Amino acid sequence: MNVNEVPQDPKDFREGDKIKKVVYAVDKEGHYTNVTSAGWEAENFATKQAWDAIDEEMAETIERVRKGEVSPILYFMQKSLMDISILAKYAGKWQWQVKRHMKPAVFKKLSPAMLQTYARIFNITVDELTGFGK
Amino acid sequence: MSSAQFLHCQHAHCESGVTSNLLQHEGIHISEPMAFGIGAGIFFAHLPFVKVSGTPGTTFRTWPGAIFKRVTQRLHIDIHTERFRTPEKAMHALDNVLAAGKPVGMLSSVYYLPYLPEAFRFHFNAHNIVAYGKEGNEYLISDPVMEDVTRIAPEDLAKARFAKGTPEPRGFMYYIKSVPQTVNFERAIQAGIKQTCFFMLSPPLPWFGNKAIFLLAKKIKQYPHKLPPRKAALYLGNIIRMQEEIGTGGGGFRFLYAAFLQEAGEMMKRDDLLEYSKELTTIGDAWRNFAYHAARLMKDRKSDLVNFDELSELLHKCGEMEKDLFTRMSKIKW
Repeated sequence: MNVNEVPQDPKDFREGDKIKKVVYAVDKEGHYTNVTSAGWEAENFATKQAWDAIDEEMAETIERVRKGEVSPILYFMQKSLMDISILAKYAGKWQWQVKRHMKPAVFKKLSPAMLQTYARIFNITVDELTGFGK
Repeated sequence: MSSAQFLHCQHAHCESGVTSNLLQHEGIHISEPMAFGIGAGIFFAHLPFVKVSGTPGTTFRTWPGAIFKRVTQRLHIDIHTERFRTPEKAMHALDNVLAAGKPVGMLSSVYYLPYLPEAFRFHFNAHNIVAYGKEGNEYLISDPVMEDVTRIAPEDLAKARFAKGTPEPRGFMYYIKSVPQTVNFERAIQAGIKQTCFFMLSPPLPWFGNKAIFLLAKKIKQYPHKLPPRKAALYLGNIIRMQEEIGTGGGGFRFLYAAFLQEAGEMMKRDDLLEYSKELTTIGDAWRNFAYHAARLMKDRKSDLVNFDELSELLHKCGEMEKDLFTRMSKIKW
């Protein structure tokens, strides 16, 4: 890549334009030098798509929580960009236990301490957790 | 402690950047490409069975912590590294070292670093940063991917250092204890290049090194047959992001490594290294071309199957060019 080919396509979503990153490129004399780049169309698109996928998933989950199919834990897990294995590690539980907590019937019976643990992981209050989707 | 001085330089990649910045602080002038090359940072692996947020794991670099360790070993620099059981112990140890006036490198999770833009904050647990002082409660942070130094609250730093997932930093921290009077770069460069060639060419398993590029090419060919379009697009997107976005300096670290070969060639007055550098630049461009077309393919999910075959072919070519290059480099007579 030559210095004049370094793309400057702004990452205009989720504060992505706050950072200009360094890339390495070759100048006219054939010397490597570092140049700052606002971003590149290809990578911007890939990142945006990953975020969009999460948004779509969350929108689906909100509906399912409202219908009483799943507990709010699934929603906040997605919102925190986690999957079950990561969430289980933070909660100090097995994955099957976390999956169980995603059933509304089980969620209703969770102890205050367990709810507190989840609320802390998701960085919200217990009320926000239990009241979600009502 | 508020008068802590640290010369912060922005770099492409976090670990080679931290290594360069920490060594500069001790008076050893080493550029980021040099640190990356001596630390044998370039690599490739594709692990279809390890799912990272639902997509198969792909990496263009060696495992976290390796670059700093190898560079300091090869330059005979005395370092200290430590992991911890609890955040309290980890933060206490950090405070002690900072009080002694030493900047400290740490592994952290990008997700818990509030100063980074949201767009980058996924659960990526192998981000390297330097703490170089404390002012009041806040830590002064030099994050090599940022243009300038920043600050972080102790609670956030503790969270970032004790993130869960794969890998787990467990409060990992490292700092330089002492440096020798003189360092021999030439021997270190040789060792770095030898190790890079070894890791690229020798793993007998299909998931690591050069072989993994062909594996990924084969997998991409199968995407349209095996995956729903949305998933195929996400998988491709993940490869692009690993290659271009996560602080690689462009082309999946290939340009960074080419910059190293050039610097090494000039330092040791070896034309062959300069020639290899040029070749690797061409290969890096081929990787960029692959990413460009992958993104085009993602945009139009209904593309016909031919396109995935062509994309696989582009990647296959990158793999072949690299195989050829590293094979010749492994035979360099020093």
